[in-house]
Amino acid sequence: MSDIDRVVTVPIGPQHPALKEPESFMVDLRGEKIDAVRIRFGYNHRGIEKGCETRSYTQDLYLVERVCGICSFSHSTAFIHAVEEIAGLEVPVRAKYIRTIIGELERIHSHLLWLGVAGHEIGFDTLLMYTWRDREQVMILLARLTGNRVNYGINTYGGVRRDIAPDMMPEILKVVDSLEERTKHYIELAMREQTLIQRLSGVGKLSKEDALFLGTVGPTARASGVDRDARRDDPYLAYPDLEFKVVIDDHCDVYGRTIVRLGELMQTYSILRQLIKKIPDGPITVKAPRRIPEGEAVSRYEAPRGEDVHYVRGNGTEKPERVKVRAPTLANTASVGKMLEDGYLADLPIVVAAIDPCFSCTDRMVGVRESGTESRGAGRKTMTWEEVSRYGVEWHKARGLDFSSLGIPGGIEA
Amino acid sequence: MSWVVAGVNILIFPGMFFLLVLGLAGQFVDRKLYARLQSRVGPPWFQPVADFFKLLGKESVIPEEADRRMFVMAPVFALAAVVAAYLYIPLWSTKPIFSFYGDLVVVLYLLLIPTLTFFLGGWYSRSIFSTLGAVRSITQLFAYEIPLLIALLSPALLADTWSISGMTAYYQAHPWYWLFNLIGLGVALVTLLGKLERVPFDAPEAETEIVAGSFTEYSGRHLAFFRMAIDAEAIVSSSLVAAVFLPFGLGLPLWLGIIVYLAKLAGILFVLALLRTVFARLRMDQMINFCWRYVAPIAFLQVIIDLVLKEFL
Repeated sequence: MSDIDRVVTVPIGPQHPALKEPESFMVDLRGEKIDAVRIRFGYNHRGIEKGCETRSYTQDLYLVERVCGICSFSHSTAFIHAVEEIAGLEVPVRAKYIRTIIGELERIHSHLLWLGVAGHEIGFDTLLMYTWRDREQVMILLARLTGNRVNYGINTYGGVRRDIAPDMMPEILKVVDSLEERTKHYIELAMREQTLIQRLSGVGKLSKEDALFLGTVGPTARASGVDRDARRDDPYLAYPDLEFKVVIDDHCDVYGRTIVRLGELMQTYSILRQLIKKIPDGPITVKAPRRIPEGEAVSRYEAPRGEDVHYVRGNGTEKPERVKVRAPTLANTASVGKMLEDGYLADLPIVVAAIDPCFSCTDRMVGVRESGTESRGAGRKTMTWEEVSRYGVEWHKARGLDFSSLGIPGGIEA
Repeated sequence: MSWVVAGVNILIFPGMFFLLVLGLAGQFVDRKLYARLQSRVGPPWFQPVADFFKLLGKESVIPEEADRRMFVMAPVFALAAVVAAYLYIPLWSTKPIFSFYGDLVVVLYLLLIPTLTFFLGGWYSRSIFSTLGAVRSITQLFAYEIPLLIALLSPALLADTWSISGMTAYYQAHPWYWLFNLIGLGVALVTLLGKLERVPFDAPEAETEIVAGSFTEYSGRHLAFFRMAIDAEAIVSSSLVAAVFLPFGLGLPLWLGIIVYLAKLAGILFVLALLRTVFARLRMDQMINFCWRYVAPIAFLQVIIDLVLKEFL
């Protein structure tokens, strides 16, 4: 049986059901065991950094927000911090708090999304359905706060574009309470469900030394015992006023990464409660100049996936001279090869997913108009959030799918 | 039995046509239960039918490198074997359409053929994902098939016959004896998940690793027939489990008998849907470990129970 030693190369990607965006993993297999992995990037290059240099700062803000669909706010905030530092803008305290609230809500939706994707990768689709259903609450809340489910567009130079109305604060707390309950359930599940533990523990090992050597960031690094969090180490926004714990774990495997993310969710709920208690009154924006002076700045932001670094150099005009984005996924990719060493092919999807690679999501645009009318003018309708939600439920009801019976929390009953 | 009656029995009721309708209905029940357990809405009742006919209308692509004949024949063989197996299983009386001494073994072999066609179809597709899926299918076969065989044969030991019809007649004469075989029922349900390649034993078609395993290169009507064969296989193997482990209510009038039979099927399908809802997919090595370390010894325990009982009853 000399064939057993034969190496088979399996292409995982650029197009593959396990990957939500194009990337290429060429896997050499001996039987079910992985011999070597070659990772290739660049299938999704959109020239955003170059694009920033040819556009004004205001346009850049929206462009940078579209680097990623899930952690859009992280990129926009990291970029805006760098520009505000060059321009010497002092952001009002209330705006800082609002930014922190949105940033933490984004962390909730990102971590819940990750938990669902992780479930899907190990064939546990029930977990996917449950977490994404719960995640809907925070998505709806973000849409009510900012107008969008992703790409919130709430940042502007010198502050934020929308205030959070006082009557929204209890709504946020309601969602936080409900999600905290659910997260406790998932923590219990992670502690007790045997097939889950079997599939996650001991998989994708990354020692602390390797994590440091390969420059791993975020929950991936913290699960390998690296005590590093930009929110605490280099505080920005409202984080100096807040009390929170940096969750670290020493499992060094995918199970540890799950524990860290679930622990971070619990911390985030406590952070949000503190923010809502402490948020001061005051203006939400200061006037920003159109021309940003000469100078350069690097900003660090703890995105849900890890530390996001932006570098901006201004030359005194309306356009930046250079913008450089270092997304956390790039920092973590180097460690994927290490994690996969001596692993099984069956573990590849979950190991890749465990660094939470940044999936570029598409924007969402729904126009509603009466049939037979122009999209502008008399036929155009503006819908409130409740109407949109009810419209969706009824649209499906007319086609035989009754979603109202599910009673989506935070959603509108038909 | 005249040829006309036999033809109607084989092709329409309670043979092929009835089986295919049941298969689609079973797929709907499974999908709906799975969806409701995951707090989703699930498909409307006609979705499996719509899927089937839509697939029939789609273009069938056969890879240039694939062995054309094997590629095309695999789904047909799968469906044919499953339909043939159905004819030997007693459904609502102790008398199936055909029966002879030893048909239990024949049915088990016929139910093995779909898995072999998954292997052959995948292997002759020549694509890397299909090949991996095919190898996993056949590896998994060695893990679940033996516990399943042992579990299904132990009630036969007690009944002292190798014909399913004889077994049902025996358990009909001794109404409560089937309760001795509950362990075997559990083993059979768990191994059925392996046979039907469902979570947690769906590694052969794990979409996040090897796309669709053996079926990666299949499309159009070939895929439609494969899927149909899998749906029918679920019904046939559930019917077999019902006949062997739940042999009650077989002497009733026809309409009542059919209702009892459908209720048994629905119960088994519910358990299968529940099991695939609550587990994550096991890796190949974990699956084989699980089957040999836990399931096979439990199946042997059933054999010992039946052998001991046979001495005393």
